[in-house]
Amino acid sequence: MKVTINGSPREVPDGTTVAQAVRILTTATTGVAVAVNDEVVTRGSWDTTALGDSDRVEVLTAVQGG
Amino acid sequence: MDDLIIAGEKFSSRLIMGTGGAPSLEVLDQALAASGTELTTVAMRRLDPSARGSVLDVLRRRGIKVLPNTAGCFTAGEAVLTARLAREALGTNWVKLEVIADERTLLPDPIETFDAAERLVADGFVVLPYIGDDPALARRLEQAGCAAVMPLGAPIGSGLGIRNPHNIELIVEAAGVPVILDAGIGTASDAALAMELGCDAVLLATAVTRAQRPDLMAAAMRSAVQAGRLARQAGRIPRRRYAEASSPMTP
Repeated sequence: MKVTINGSPREVPDGTTVAQAVRILTTATTGVAVAVNDEVVTRGSWDTTALGDSDRVEVLTAVQGG
Repeated sequence: MDDLIIAGEKFSSRLIMGTGGAPSLEVLDQALAASGTELTTVAMRRLDPSARGSVLDVLRRRGIKVLPNTAGCFTAGEAVLTARLAREALGTNWVKLEVIADERTLLPDPIETFDAAERLVADGFVVLPYIGDDPALARRLEQAGCAAVMPLGAPIGSGLGIRNPHNIELIVEAAGVPVILDAGIGTASDAALAMELGCDAVLLATAVTRAQRPDLMAAAMRSAVQAGRLARQAGRIPRRRYAEASSPMTP
């Protein structure tokens, strides 16, 4: 299925979880937060939340700013 | 100097730092150390797998509390989502709420800011909203449950200082929560003036991070904030049109 991770289209296997999507970008699990279709997915739910076709995944972290 | 208290939390430094504009994490680290700050803002952005080092590591090593902001948001909805992501990523319910109206001025949008503030307060956040120098809006945000108000001195990064000291004084007079002068500071005298006007703290970034010598300017800001606070507490003499002799006039 096709999903978008941080604005880039990606082909991932059906049943891919949020945790697996995050691991495409980083091995870090702290200092990182995820939203799927503009809803926060808490870290405790990453392993149990499966992505659906066309989902928009945003993986954010803190950077210099403000 | 007396402690700054925001939402029941004590800070012995009244200088809040931003992290934007520093040429490297090393320069930022030295500037933060020289500033003596205990509270520092970060922005939330898409994770860049190629980025090396993290501003969070710098803050953690220095024992500085992290204050995530919602920089880059144009609507209340974006700001609320960003605050929730920051809470998840950083484990803090504090947020510097920043909703800008347009990219040219970066001035805060009062309508979107108020909307977001109400939603975030209801969601349990400690909300510190960045606003124009508007006494009426400051009062409304305090009534809405914000933990502080952060009026600007001048547009972000402009270094124009405090363009409307009178309004800052009006905000201070009416406020029951800390007033933090945010944005526009260009040099140390601007920070001192903010404190002399009665602000409880100053937030600045560019004035330090883009100075020729960021560590020196950070030290200057630290001293300026302390001097301004002391002067405020001391109570300045009234301004007079004519001289008033300080020595006896008769021989």
